[in-house]
Amino acid sequence: MDGNLRDIKISSEQIKGLMRKKFEIPKIETKNLNFYYGRNHVLKNINLICPANKVTAIIGPSGCGKSTFIRLLNRMNDLIPATRLEGQVMIDGEDIYSREIDVVDLRRRVGMVFQKPNPFPKSIFDNVAYGLRINGHKNKAEIAERVEKSLKEAALWDEVKDRLKDNALSLSGGQQQRLCIARALAVEPEIILFDEPCSAIDPIATAKIEELIVRLKENYTVVIVTHNMQQAARVSDYTAFLWLGQLIEFDRTEKIFTNPANKLTEDYITGRFG
Amino acid sequence: MNPARRKTRLTPAKKKALVQALGFLILRACLYFVFAVLLLFIYDIIRKGSGVLSWEFLTQPPRRGMTEGGIFPAIVGTFAVTMITALTSIPLGIFAAIYLNEYAGQDRLTRLIRLAIRNLAGVPSIVYGLFGVVLFVNVLNFGTSILSAGLTLGLLTLPWTITASEEALKNVPGSFREGALALGATKWQAIRTNVLPYALPGMLTGAVLGLARAAGETAPIMFTGVAFYLPYLPRSLKDQFMALSYHLYIMATQHHAILQVRPLAYGTALVLLILVLGMNLVAIIIRYRLRRRRQIHGW
Amino acid sequence: MKRILNKFAVSNPVAAEEIRGRGSFNPLPFDLRAIMIINRSQKKKSWRRWKEELIRLFFLFHGLLAIFILMGIFVFLIISSVPAFKEISLKEFLTSKTWDPTSPEKPQYGLVSMIFSTFMVTFGALLIAIPIGLGVAAYLSDVAHWRVREIVKPIVEILAGIPSVAVGFLGIVLFGPIIAKIFNTSSGLNAANGSFLLAIMALPTIISISEDSLNSIPHSYVEASLALGASRWQTLIRVKIPAALSGITASIMLGLGRAIGETMTVLMATGNARNFPHGFLDSIRTLTANIAIELGEVPYHTTHYYALFAIGLVLFIISFVVNLIADILLSKYQQREL
Repeated sequence: MDGNLRDIKISSEQIKGLMRKKFEIPKIETKNLNFYYGRNHVLKNINLICPANKVTAIIGPSGCGKSTFIRLLNRMNDLIPATRLEGQVMIDGEDIYSREIDVVDLRRRVGMVFQKPNPFPKSIFDNVAYGLRINGHKNKAEIAERVEKSLKEAALWDEVKDRLKDNALSLSGGQQQRLCIARALAVEPEIILFDEPCSAIDPIATAKIEELIVRLKENYTVVIVTHNMQQAARVSDYTAFLWLGQLIEFDRTEKIFTNPANKLTEDYITGRFG
Repeated sequence: MNPARRKTRLTPAKKKALVQALGFLILRACLYFVFAVLLLFIYDIIRKGSGVLSWEFLTQPPRRGMTEGGIFPAIVGTFAVTMITALTSIPLGIFAAIYLNEYAGQDRLTRLIRLAIRNLAGVPSIVYGLFGVVLFVNVLNFGTSILSAGLTLGLLTLPWTITASEEALKNVPGSFREGALALGATKWQAIRTNVLPYALPGMLTGAVLGLARAAGETAPIMFTGVAFYLPYLPRSLKDQFMALSYHLYIMATQHHAILQVRPLAYGTALVLLILVLGMNLVAIIIRYRLRRRRQIHGW
Repeated sequence: MKRILNKFAVSNPVAAEEIRGRGSFNPLPFDLRAIMIINRSQKKKSWRRWKEELIRLFFLFHGLLAIFILMGIFVFLIISSVPAFKEISLKEFLTSKTWDPTSPEKPQYGLVSMIFSTFMVTFGALLIAIPIGLGVAAYLSDVAHWRVREIVKPIVEILAGIPSVAVGFLGIVLFGPIIAKIFNTSSGLNAANGSFLLAIMALPTIISISEDSLNSIPHSYVEASLALGASRWQTLIRVKIPAALSGITASIMLGLGRAIGETMTVLMATGNARNFPHGFLDSIRTLTANIAIELGEVPYHTTHYYALFAIGLVLFIISFVVNLIADILLSKYQQREL
């Protein structure tokens, strides 16, 4: 089974070919990426390209390593002890694990929205201003302007403009998640990572966030991890299928969902496992 | 009385239930015993101490060889020493807790530090007193003074402050740290702006519990700065002082007219108890509220 | 070795680079821009890294403080004890019953009476505190409504907060006369009084840690026992208490440590006789009380003064051993919890 699999897995050449054919500019590129938790080999030789100004979805059964993968892209996994990484993760052709890269700068360029909305127990305004303030912005007018801009971008401005001083925890779950998106947008990142952003949110709020994600790709490169295949189909341009830590298939989203090349992918999206 | 009837009445199931009821009754009696002792303690001190308690008692120095007058210098001394204790043990405790909870890995060094903290908590208070005599009174040459006694008590309460502060830090959800780091905060920025503000109330609550303990301690200050009787209030940190706890000890055991001053001893005990238990109670109530607030907000 | 390096690598990206032994990769057109950005902010970045490292070292120092203090206490006690043994033989110190340092003919420094007194009064205290403490812990974990528990736990904490000098005072004025009346002795200031008071002081420790360990037993044990038709009482006695035994023993060890190290209570309530005790109605003097009584009276830097530090050292070692045992027991039950 395993030997068989290796033959049909997508190769980095195929992905590069696809990018050339579609005139996509690679924004994020992983090369022979391996990751271990202790002795656990959780990501196996991943070669993947996320094109600029597109939404790339990463799908797969739980435990396939998709959350681990996305957290490698802004080095959040640095925080976990006893882990090990091999290979390279390039952003704009620059290895983000190389010594020249400062992890703090990296995270300012690569924003992240987490699975569970995690607003800080501060006011709505202070939540969005947080990233600006820690980055040394002092000018109050400028901060206010950028808070407003980010809240508008996150489609939350109209709902909260009269109560910016309220505690962010008083917002509903969906609003909280959009606030977290606004908070990430405020520091003007180039890439935004979404780690199952709708798993803790009701369907109507989910629809709003999906709409937002689609709109965000005009200005940002978006990578989203989701266990919800309809969601991947709705929001993404490209889809990667991970299975037991391996990249099985990567293609345009409509191709994956209409005519997958790999049997495993087909089984997964038709709901035969996972 | 009929053995046959008795047998039918005590079926195994009934016997089991009876044994259980009896067992639980004994357990409940244990609890009532503890309550009774605590109540007896507090009742006796309040009953015999409240008669002495007056504005004069709280604001006058002792007079006539401590057979009359109040305990004002002892109250001042206890406050002064507790202040020094707070200034030593709160910052050191918080810094140590930040290291343990935010920076330390799961390595041998961390285990060693934790072992040391637990052992410090178990060192007898009189041994801290001996340590204070050598280090603060003699080696650092602070003499027998408020400073020496306060620092000694600061070390004594340090394990408590560290443990309480770490507990408070643990209660701040990891998502606060993660969220800040993901926005490009440095580790210290994340801790300073997004962890400490939420841990601080819990830390201070724990610290108050430790300070209450320090305020009631006697053995560690006996040789590091407390005085039997001082006709004046301390003027600097290098002065000796009177303290409530030690004053109670003196009035209860060392005074030349012990039975005559017994009411004064009761009064001193009452003031000490109000101070210490009051601090405890405040801390416990704040802690309860904090816990409730965390539950309501979901963190 | 490689694994250790790799572990290290995660926390230190610079080192990680060197460990992996990777050269610079093939530059793409984008690289030029990246390099320019790096040069512009290089200074700011390295300063930031330095600052973060300094902050980490600052906290590391405070983390290590606990070790320094523990070592400091140990070292100072040894330094201050050693001169005592110029004049006292270690054998006398540890085997003689007579402690009479102020005798004009021949000062004697024997610890046995005081060590025995200390253990006797502690033993008496545990005899009272263990059944009652366990009873309360079991009541709280198994019988009481959670609301009762919410109220009782702070009360137990308040009990722990009563200053030892106040407990000692009540030993003199309240329990002393009661004991004198019951046993018909001239004074109630004896080992029995001390034991009773120490029991009260050890109770909060025993109650709270025993209750924690009873509560941390996996619920499946309890369910299995109840499903077999055992009553709640039988489950408590035959399943829960045996399963929580290491935690309960640890709580007893910690209570023991507290009782051995307690000074003011025994100083005030046990009568301070230096004789070898023959029963609980004798007055006694413990190690801690002896330091408290005599340190205030001796001139600095005499043999007697150093001998008191030697007693401190003995106390330190006893409490260290007791705590270590408790620690091992506790880590046992915490491991099982995982």
